[in-house]
Amino acid sequence: MTRYADPYLAGIGIGAVLLGAYALAGQGLGASGAFASVAAAFTAAAVGTAQATASPAVAPYLPDGLASPLRDWLVWELLGVAAGGFASAWSAGRLAWTTERGPRVAAGPRLAAALSGGVVMGIGAKFARGCTSGQALSGGALLSVGSWIFIVAAFAAAYACAPLARRLWL
Amino acid sequence: MSATAGSLAATLAVACALGFAFGWLLERAGLGNARVLVGQFYFANLTVFKVLFSALVTAMLGAFWLDRAGLLDLGGVYVPETFALPQAIGGVLFGAGLLLGGLCPGTSCVAAATGRADGVAVMAGLVAGILAFNFAFDSLKQLYASTPLGPLTLPAVLHLPPGVVVGMVTVMALGIFTAAHRLRRES
Repeated sequence: MTRYADPYLAGIGIGAVLLGAYALAGQGLGASGAFASVAAAFTAAAVGTAQATASPAVAPYLPDGLASPLRDWLVWELLGVAAGGFASAWSAGRLAWTTERGPRVAAGPRLAAALSGGVVMGIGAKFARGCTSGQALSGGALLSVGSWIFIVAAFAAAYACAPLARRLWL
Repeated sequence: MSATAGSLAATLAVACALGFAFGWLLERAGLGNARVLVGQFYFANLTVFKVLFSALVTAMLGAFWLDRAGLLDLGGVYVPETFALPQAIGGVLFGAGLLLGGLCPGTSCVAAATGRADGVAVMAGLVAGILAFNFAFDSLKQLYASTPLGPLTLPAVLHLPPGVVVGMVTVMALGIFTAAHRLRRES
């Protein structure tokens, strides 16, 4: 198993990829938007496309009805993220069927915490209009005020919650 | 019609290629692993700060200077619109969820793709959370749409030239990197 790369080199590489996205696509990188597309498709499948597109929360993700997620830039970008992560881990010998967790927590509670963390993050990303990729990184580099509000609020909250969740991680 | 379909396919291929490089680099840095990521919040492993701010500063400096050199039209790049209050609330929820889940939306995909069950759980939670938000949208929309400030940037708020703010963010990031190394030596 190879050691992890230097974080600064990886960061500079990600910055270069982000510049490529600005230049080639006119927008930054993102992740939570792709999840919103998938959620919109689920909504359309459950209640019907007509009723789903009547909601202003879902409509932007379904401009072409149910076919939209497959035409969404972010969905393909995120499929690329998964493929790139897999290829990197495979070539470094880091592929493993496992659950990453602290030494004092069993896999079951860890997965429950991961699921609830995802739910809270999903709601937060909707209010913030993006996540670590779309707001913090892509918007932050363009000096968007909302992106910097998001960066400060997210890190402050994570540090404030850390002492309460020591059992989960340490 | 076929020209449109062709250009759509090309656009999506670019999206996939950029994503591939992004996912590769996240995994290389160790950010596909929740324990590495959460180490940030216990001052045990500052990879998140190092990767995030070196990427942010690289893209910021690159965009600034390429725009100056006439090689990139920053006017054509989408700047996210600011909604101050919901973005602050969203940030707090996001940070709390990040600590609980250990992975953010992008890194949860890397974790899942490399066999980590916690990555799959975070991904499922994200879809569920967004669905819950969508179903409750009628009662949330007033807060969601409050304090709209448009595509506002830091130079406009601070009444400073963009170059000065770019310099300030760069100095701040270098300060964070220096502090990170000092902390590491002391622990």
